[in-house]
Amino acid sequence: MIEIEQRRAALGKEEDHPSGDNRFRMLDASMKRHRHQPDALIEVLHTAQEVFGYLQEDILQYVAHRLKLPPSRVYGVATFYHFFTFKPKAPHTCVVCLGTACYVKGGQGLLAAVREQAERINHEVRGEGPWISVETARCLGACGLAPVVVFDGEVCGNVEISDAVERMKGWRPDGSV
Amino acid sequence: MDLSDLQEIVSQEREMQRPTRINVCIAAGCLSSHSHLVRQRLEESVRESGLGEEVQVCGVGCMSLCCEGPLVRVDPALELYERVTPDQAPSIVAGLRGGAVLARRGDLQRPFFTRQQRLVLENCGVVEPERIESYIAAGGYLSLYQVLREMNPGDVVEAVTRSGLRGRGGAGYPTGLKWGTVAKSQGQHKYVICNADEGDPGAFMDRSVLESDPHRVLEGMAIAAYAVGADQGFIYVRGEYPLAIRRLETGIRQARSLGFLGTQIFESPFNFRVDLRIGAGAFVCGEETALIASIEGRRGTPRPRPPYPAASGLWGEPTLINNVETFANIPSIIRYGADWFASIGTPKSKGTKVFALAGKIRNTGLVEVPMGTTLREIVEEIGGGAPDGARIKAVQTGGPSGGCIPASALDTPVDYESLAHLGSIMGSGGMIVMDESTNMVDVARFFMEFCMDESCGKCIPCRAGTVQLHRLLSKIREGNGTLEDLALLESLCDVVKYASLCGLGQSAPNPVLSTLRYFREEYLALLSERPGPAVPAEGAVPAVS
Repeated sequence: MIEIEQRRAALGKEEDHPSGDNRFRMLDASMKRHRHQPDALIEVLHTAQEVFGYLQEDILQYVAHRLKLPPSRVYGVATFYHFFTFKPKAPHTCVVCLGTACYVKGGQGLLAAVREQAERINHEVRGEGPWISVETARCLGACGLAPVVVFDGEVCGNVEISDAVERMKGWRPDGSV
Repeated sequence: MDLSDLQEIVSQEREMQRPTRINVCIAAGCLSSHSHLVRQRLEESVRESGLGEEVQVCGVGCMSLCCEGPLVRVDPALELYERVTPDQAPSIVAGLRGGAVLARRGDLQRPFFTRQQRLVLENCGVVEPERIESYIAAGGYLSLYQVLREMNPGDVVEAVTRSGLRGRGGAGYPTGLKWGTVAKSQGQHKYVICNADEGDPGAFMDRSVLESDPHRVLEGMAIAAYAVGADQGFIYVRGEYPLAIRRLETGIRQARSLGFLGTQIFESPFNFRVDLRIGAGAFVCGEETALIASIEGRRGTPRPRPPYPAASGLWGEPTLINNVETFANIPSIIRYGADWFASIGTPKSKGTKVFALAGKIRNTGLVEVPMGTTLREIVEEIGGGAPDGARIKAVQTGGPSGGCIPASALDTPVDYESLAHLGSIMGSGGMIVMDESTNMVDVARFFMEFCMDESCGKCIPCRAGTVQLHRLLSKIREGNGTLEDLALLESLCDVVKYASLCGLGQSAPNPVLSTLRYFREEYLALLSERPGPAVPAEGAVPAVS
């Protein structure tokens, strides 16, 4: 039994990434799966953003090196697509859909209210970065439920301004409403 | 895998069927109103009440009426329940034994359901999207078998040509013609690409089809690959559709393990593999050459055509690109025959079209109607008109590339030509209804902002033109516009429309042009200098045959 434990521990050490950051292992695995083909760049960037949360410059350098691409090409592709971000995510995110259906059903007003509330809370919290980040989406494809807001990954339909504001108040770090 | 294996799966699936089936919608719309919890509670209640032998709970695809979700349908009694909460779930199970059902009962006989003709969506809300056996039991992969065993590639192209199917992505190019061109092109490899980059805001048909019936699209792609001689396929899906991506991954894995994808499919020499490519949020990637660039791992910028992808596409090889809905039509055409398909619709536009109905309308959701159905039937009868007694002002089709059709033209039959005649396009099928509270200059500015942000920046008319158009629209909207600005707006629309490189720029002025055509008075009312009555009344609606 002890022997197995030891072997497992040894194996774990062996699998550690040389950088000491095991997230790189997942990134390497993704590149290996695509046989380091340059055309897998977008897929690899998806994985990188998934494991690191955002695309730091050194990650882009690393990907360029491993896929044997000029850094300009990697940077060019990463900045072209809206999906990739270069800043760390805030602890809470609020994505307001601005698709046509949501627009017709008052998405703009909702966005303004959400922005105002986020600013208020961010002003209260004052950390290194914002506590709540507000983003907009082109269309989430849930037009039957317009207007749609995604609160921390949870898609909510038929959102009223008051619902959104209450929900964001609940995100205050001290839990006060 | 051969025919007897297929039949074996079908009979196994039939044996597993319980007399009563409770179907819960597990497409993205209903899931976001917690249908997964409803499903869980239903399963628990069935177990607790010892009905496991008689009742099964199935997670099925979209049942169309998205605004009333989560939807639950009990078969074969055909009872529909709307806005079901997890707490109401046990009462639905109790209702099977005559108990009182707390959930709101819906009417399957309302025009929203009865006026539709379901062809692409025939399996949506019926088969379980996460189980390939369920699709096979509904007759799935039989068309592929038939094609591989009984038809040569030329016959398939001929059948698709005869069916009159036209591309459902928006432009309406005859599918058979495209297939024939790719089949004739010479190349080392050929590729089939499914365009699932449904970027039009307000369109969600492709998402629903992929989430509800992914195997149908895979089967359509395999048939296409056989017809044109391709051995590799790609599905380019929007990154914004995580559920569709997951279902496709599951579907591809299942199809591969049963031998519908891979090598020597149905013991024929035909090989075909399908890979997924996930988009990263660029609207322009819906354009075929930009999509190809994106699959190749580059910035999604379009290039001039010709050469068309059919001659030189992915990695310079002949490539067939079709939309999700186009591929989803193929299995039905093979199964029921090209002539049957050609008998539906109008002389020039065959078959059905799926629309995503949304905006200021009572019944929002997916609607599939034969081509040639009038907009009024779709919006007023099926959609139930605007809520709260409001009057419908306009219907927007085709997203940022389309136009606004005024209420006075609602009697237009929906087909590619009639919509183009009205200054809009069929588009991929988004249909947004607007009522009197919507200002049309706002709408035009909204779409222009979209095109401005999404312009890839490669060609100047689109890159700079959309910015200037947006600036002019904002100026007019804010009440600072003059008649000169309006004239400039119109001439600039012309430049952007005719000088842009790809479809994005060429169609970007459409929302402005169509609102100017039908709602010019709204622009004039906002100008700082009010014009006299001498202004020509171009707002008149043209007669439509």
